Amino acid sequence: MRGDAFSMRVFRPASPAEAVRLFAQNPDALPLAGGTDLMVGWNSGRLNGRAVLDLSRLEEWRRIEVTDEGARIGALATHSEIESHPVLLKRLPLLAEACATVGAVQIRNRGTLGGNVANASPAGDSFPALAVYEAFVHTVSKEGRRSLPILEVFAGVKRTALRPGELIERIDVPFLPQPPARQFFRKVGSRLAQTISKAVGAGLLWLGRGGVVLGCRIAFGSVAPTVRRLRSVEECLHSGRLTPETIEKACAALSSDISPIDDVRSTRLYRMAVSRNLLRAFLTGRA
Amino acid sequence: MTINFEVNGARRIFEGDPFKRLIDVLREDFALTGTKEGCGEGECGACTVLLDGRPVNSCLIPICQADGHRIETVENLGIPERLSALQKAFLEEGGAQCGICTPGMLLAAAAHLKAGGKADDLSIRRALGGNLCRCTGYQHIVKAVQKAAKAPRKPRRKKA
Ligand SMILES: Cc1cc2nc3c(=O)[nH]c(=O)nc-3n(C[C@H](O)[C@H](O)[C@H](O)COP(=O)(O)OP(=O)(O)OC[C@H]3O[C@@H](n4cnc5c(N)ncnc54)[C@H](O)[C@@H]3O)c2cc1C
Ligand code: FES
Ligand code: FES
Repeated sequence: MRGDAFSMRVFRPASPAEAVRLFAQNPDALPLAGGTDLMVGWNSGRLNGRAVLDLSRLEEWRRIEVTDEGARIGALATHSEIESHPVLLKRLPLLAEACATVGAVQIRNRGTLGGNVANASPAGDSFPALAVYEAFVHTVSKEGRRSLPILEVFAGVKRTALRPGELIERIDVPFLPQPPARQFFRKVGSRLAQTISKAVGAGLLWLGRGGVVLGCRIAFGSVAPTVRRLRSVEECLHSGRLTPETIEKACAALSSDISPIDDVRSTRLYRMAVSRNLLRAFLTGRA
Repeated sequence: MTINFEVNGARRIFEGDPFKRLIDVLREDFALTGTKEGCGEGECGACTVLLDGRPVNSCLIPICQADGHRIETVENLGIPERLSALQKAFLEEGGAQCGICTPGMLLAAAAHLKAGGKADDLSIRRALGGNLCRCTGYQHIVKAVQKAAKAPRKPRRKKA
């Protein structure tokens, strides 16, 4: 089967208000942003006969606004726009770096941050960065607006907490109160371009006098049904020094934070080992 | 639905299903068969065209999303009698064999060079990372792009 254009109904709202109204009237419609996920499904014939709510005319949702507190990234901002945004590069480098690793240039020129989040793939590459920056996803529907912490958006593999008729309008990413002593983003895949992560991680570390860990936020993707903050690891590290013993304890704690699986791209064992290596490299200052 | 857009510098109107893919509109309605379909899932880049100057996969774009935008296909790069420096370099360096990937490679490379992209090996390979080639082994393609980067720029036709 292939996509059958004749079978599709397409709505093209010109404003967010119209989009919300149309979505309330047609809750089965599929929102369409850059189409880099949706059109792959459509081309295979799986979405024939559906209604589509094309968001691409909503210029308001394409903007990236910078305030004193952080960045307000419109749901329709593309990975290309984020990876090349001068302020995001400086203040939210892990997110800019993550977006730069998505697909290849053709995908990044179309694929949006809102679509990445709404698609909720376990391998969504922007999620670990959004998790360590503690981003909020802002939604709108006929019922009103909601602001969800990024980790509460994901309900499972390809499932979100979005309600029928609800759209992501933007993603707010707060700037860090203090610059971290160390930070890292790493994506591990089988090649540089166009690769779905076997493991993807982001981390921030604040150190005080004498190397005491004042704070740390680490998150991994592709190693559980949804992106994971490494709470047990973070707890192990807090208030201590980064001695070899603490680091090994933290690496051991990793197995209670993530639950990788065997699939076509990799194995549970490989993902566990590579995650532990990424964590160790970060904590020992080699990443 | 009526779609108004620009194709290779000319105003165009498409009347038909808004969810027809851009690649199919270009090939079937406008007879621009330079744009090829490989995978139909965003992986191979054979269907690459420029949308407002940026490379995109035309197999992933329903025509409604081209409304009001500017599309360039490989046909706009040059004609056999007057090839662009990039096209010449592909011929001279053996950057094209079966030719299926070539239109996409040319457009992705042209966009990279036009945007002031660097001509070192890694930068070119990154810019072409979304374009698969089953014939050349890539080496000759990278060389061709490097050669074109050094060629003096010809003054381009003014666009309408
Ligand atoms: C070849 C290829 C390579 C890829 N590589 C990567 C990669 O390396 N890393 C990665 O993370 N992803 C990758 N992807 C997946 C995809 O490109 C990204 O997830 C992208 O960010 C999706 O955004 P989009 O705007 O194209 O989404 P769309 O396809 O338009 O939409 C995706 C889903 O989200 C919904 N949706 C979109 N916008 C909204 C909104 N504002 N509110 C509510 N729901 C919405 C849609 O209904 C749909 O279900 C790749 C895809 C392809 C085809
Ligand atoms: S045909 Fe569009 S990317 Fe392969
Ligand atoms: S020349 Fe045949 S695929 Fe590239």
